[in-house]
Amino acid sequence: MALNNLPHKLALTGLSLCVTLSPLALAQSVEDKGRSIMEEYERRDTGWQDMQAEMQMILRNAQGQESIREIRMKSLEQENDGDKSLTIFDEPRDVKGTAFLSFSHINKPDDQWLYLPALGRVKRISSRNKSGPFMGSEFSYEDMGSFEIDKYTYKYLTEEACGKLTCYVVESYPVEKTSGYTRRISWVDTTEYRMQKLDFYDRKNERLKTLNFTGYQQYVGQYWRADKMEMQNHQNGKSTVLAWKDYRFKQGLDERDFNKNALKRAR
Amino acid sequence: MSERLFNFVLKRPLIALLIGIALIVTAAAGAQKLVFKSDYRVFFGPENPQLQAFEAMQKVYTKSDNVAFVIAPDNKTIFSQEHLEAIQKITEASWQVPYSTRVDSITNYQYSHAEEDDLIVEDLVYEPRSLDQNQLDEAKAIAIGDPLIEKRLISSKGHVAVVNVTLQLPGINPVEEIPAVANKVREIRAQVEQEYPGLDIMLSGVAMMNTSFAEATLEDNATLVPAMFLVVVVTIGLMLRTITGTFATVVVVISSIVATMGLAGWMGFYLTGPSASAPTIILTLAVADCIHILTTMFYEMRHGVKKKQAMLDSLRINLKPIFLTSATTAIGFLAMNFSDSPPFRDLGNMVAMGVMLAFAFSVTIFPALLMLLPLRVKQKEEGDKDMMLGLSAFVIKNRRVLLPAMTVVLIAISIFVPKNELNDDFVKYFDESVEFRQATDFMQDNLSGLTTIELSIDSGVTSGINNPAFLQVVEDFSNWMREQPETDHVNTITDIIKRLNKNMHGDDPSWYKLPDNQELAAQYLLLYEMSLPYGLDLNNQLNVDKSSTRVVVTLKNQTTNEQLAIEQRIIEWFSQNAPQYTATLASPTLMFAHIGQRNIISMISGTVIALLLISLVLGFALRSVRFGLLSLLPNILPATVAFGIWGLSVGQIGLGLSIVASMTLGIVVDDTVHFLSKYLHARRNKGADSHGAVQYAFGSVGRALWVTTFVLVCGFMILAQSTFKVNAEMGLMTAITILIALIVDFLFLPPLLMKLDTNNSVQDSKISQQDSDNDKGVAHGSEQPAA
Repeated sequence: MALNNLPHKLALTGLSLCVTLSPLALAQSVEDKGRSIMEEYERRDTGWQDMQAEMQMILRNAQGQESIREIRMKSLEQENDGDKSLTIFDEPRDVKGTAFLSFSHINKPDDQWLYLPALGRVKRISSRNKSGPFMGSEFSYEDMGSFEIDKYTYKYLTEEACGKLTCYVVESYPVEKTSGYTRRISWVDTTEYRMQKLDFYDRKNERLKTLNFTGYQQYVGQYWRADKMEMQNHQNGKSTVLAWKDYRFKQGLDERDFNKNALKRAR
Repeated sequence: MSERLFNFVLKRPLIALLIGIALIVTAAAGAQKLVFKSDYRVFFGPENPQLQAFEAMQKVYTKSDNVAFVIAPDNKTIFSQEHLEAIQKITEASWQVPYSTRVDSITNYQYSHAEEDDLIVEDLVYEPRSLDQNQLDEAKAIAIGDPLIEKRLISSKGHVAVVNVTLQLPGINPVEEIPAVANKVREIRAQVEQEYPGLDIMLSGVAMMNTSFAEATLEDNATLVPAMFLVVVVTIGLMLRTITGTFATVVVVISSIVATMGLAGWMGFYLTGPSASAPTIILTLAVADCIHILTTMFYEMRHGVKKKQAMLDSLRINLKPIFLTSATTAIGFLAMNFSDSPPFRDLGNMVAMGVMLAFAFSVTIFPALLMLLPLRVKQKEEGDKDMMLGLSAFVIKNRRVLLPAMTVVLIAISIFVPKNELNDDFVKYFDESVEFRQATDFMQDNLSGLTTIELSIDSGVTSGINNPAFLQVVEDFSNWMREQPETDHVNTITDIIKRLNKNMHGDDPSWYKLPDNQELAAQYLLLYEMSLPYGLDLNNQLNVDKSSTRVVVTLKNQTTNEQLAIEQRIIEWFSQNAPQYTATLASPTLMFAHIGQRNIISMISGTVIALLLISLVLGFALRSVRFGLLSLLPNILPATVAFGIWGLSVGQIGLGLSIVASMTLGIVVDDTVHFLSKYLHARRNKGADSHGAVQYAFGSVGRALWVTTFVLVCGFMILAQSTFKVNAEMGLMTAITILIALIVDFLFLPPLLMKLDTNNSVQDSKISQQDSDNDKGVAHGSEQPAA
């Protein structure tokens, strides 16, 4: 799940890498250059250990009608695998206390469980659903899942202005066949390697959605997180806004906070 | 003014012709802007309430534009490795169809079941080649036993399956969007059919219907227009025995069509099924002007007048009557602007334009051409005159029998007008030769068709659909609806919730019921939603804040009246059983169900205004209030009687027929004008009594009337061969009406005149006095020597 990872990651030695990247680029193939930019993006967001935040999810249909969901979430960074995450629903009221546990993986389907308080039981969720929508929103699981460099292959496209910044524009192609996309195009700013914009292309290679990131803030002196992520579906006119607040890092969460028992205690 | 024009045309025919051609070419250039809009929504104006309701519903839920692959194996077995694999291939490939947002089939159907303590939601058929006979049978039992897919995606016998592709058409460029979809699905079909020879795959759905509108029309224009040209050439050739005259007429007719379509392009018109019949109709109507000019000219030439002078005489004599008949015809077509359905407004405006252009060309490039081309007239005695005189003698002799007999017959037939029942089934807009119609009929016979009613049931509160009381209402309604004899299928969220409840209790069938608290229902749905793959979410059944749900009812084949009755029963069910919730009904079926009625109501006022205008014009033309009023009868009767005949024989009228009354009014009026003006001419200027005047009228215009009627009836009968039923029925009905008009003018009007107009002296003698002074008056001008 690791919604928090989406914005991006921070490198340990950002500056030095920045310097070495540019001359290298001349000799690199566009595939290598694309991958090295995204590696840098991932590197800069590594080492945060654990993270918690609160989020409001605002769903809008083509007519502008809204629906608001409130969610708390926790993530645990994993080495050499996708992150673990726990999501707790507070609103709508009839799903309050429902909790979702996800172990994200790179080369195999994620493990997912849902705790239903009304039933008092934990249910495992089938996992061919990566491309499916998350809570009826315009975000799919794969949009929400943690970024892992090997989930995609890459191609560097260009460098262009994005707002006041300059961005690398990199195309990425999902490795997993179950993905709902043929490709994504990322705009990553050249100064801090923050994801500024993402375009998603559906299975017939038509632009499906655009995700915009705004209100970046830096936490614990390292990690950049966007306050607002807005996903616009171009085909059905619907949109979903994720409004984040209360980011906390390195609070000492561990594996015991991310298992089936933790699910039941989550509320 | 007209004299100078005629003189110029006859003295400098080449220059006149070149100017004409230049203008026509300029106008025609606009034709490249003319595009065909293949979308059934064009039948509805933006203010149409049923369209608005439907569009509002489409914005809340997923759009319901679709393509349906109907898959029928020769061995009547869907559940075999091979055929399931084929269905899976179509399902996968359909994600590549432009604008597709969702693909539903029995293979990707999200089958939920319990496995130990887990909920498994997965494709019903994942790897077809790995299934043994037991597993195939099991899949079949699951599919056929599931109310969500039985009769929607699989036939009850398991011998026909459907892959349904939901489309989200942007609607920005319908000219390219729909053909792009059609091309892709046909490509998929061709591929799969080649790979699996034992499969018959047909294409239905709204997008295929839209495609058929364009394709049926194109096909029509490729066959009907040439057929009509053939009729024109043969008729004029045989009747007037002139190659040059026939050629010049064809030139005028082509010019009228080309210029009209070009101007329509410049003016931003777009083509639709009905308006694309404009060329055929213009072709039919444009011929009459030329026939009148030719007949007079030949008459003069036979009497020794030189070619140029004969043409000038003919133009002088005919200018006013052909202007008058063109104008009344145009008024009749312009009245179609009252139609509720934009394509018919366009058709009316285009034909009105074409008719007036045909008039303009008939008095300019037509004479110019005839001046330039060699023209000879055979000296030949006319046999028709005797025939016409025989007919007039018969009418005069039997007038005392004819009048009451005709009155009785006309009234007796008219009594059956109310027997006509409204019916607008958009599937039946295409005849059985159209592939879409075959596919849809087959789908309807074996699963369920395109006749649907969509309901949005609104609980009024966020997450209200999870409330047990609300769910119970949806469940009760769905059960009630399924009990109705007209129902084929009901797609309802309660089936999913009941199944989930069962899954959550180890698939125990006794738990196949609605959960008794809101939290359970909400959490089941959340769990289910989070298990669904790409494109198979619940947005097609639930709105964004889960306050309302959409239920889709598929009905058996129904007439419009039956559909409206069901709509009423549904509304009543909700007012009796669930007045606390709002239920909104909408669907293309309902849109078409209401359009016929709306259009008839709006066309009634259009027809009345056209009638008033035309009668006014006639009153002026005949210079008599009395005869203006009298002319109402032969003008109204043909359409009334035609609808009576229709009521007796077919009994079902739709969109296309609702415009026939006003459309034919302007055409049938021409016969009346010609007949009455000749009659009055005889009465006023020749001192004839009513018998003599009738005889004179028959003798002078009888032939011209039946020749033009013959051409008109042929033209509209050719339109009646259209595969697009709206046009076919419109053509057939117009042909019937025009034929009846001639019968009324020959057998009813003369006895009526002889009965009412008994005074030996003409009553409005003052007017007739002026009339005789004004030899080139309108009435006299319409004189047509009987060839």
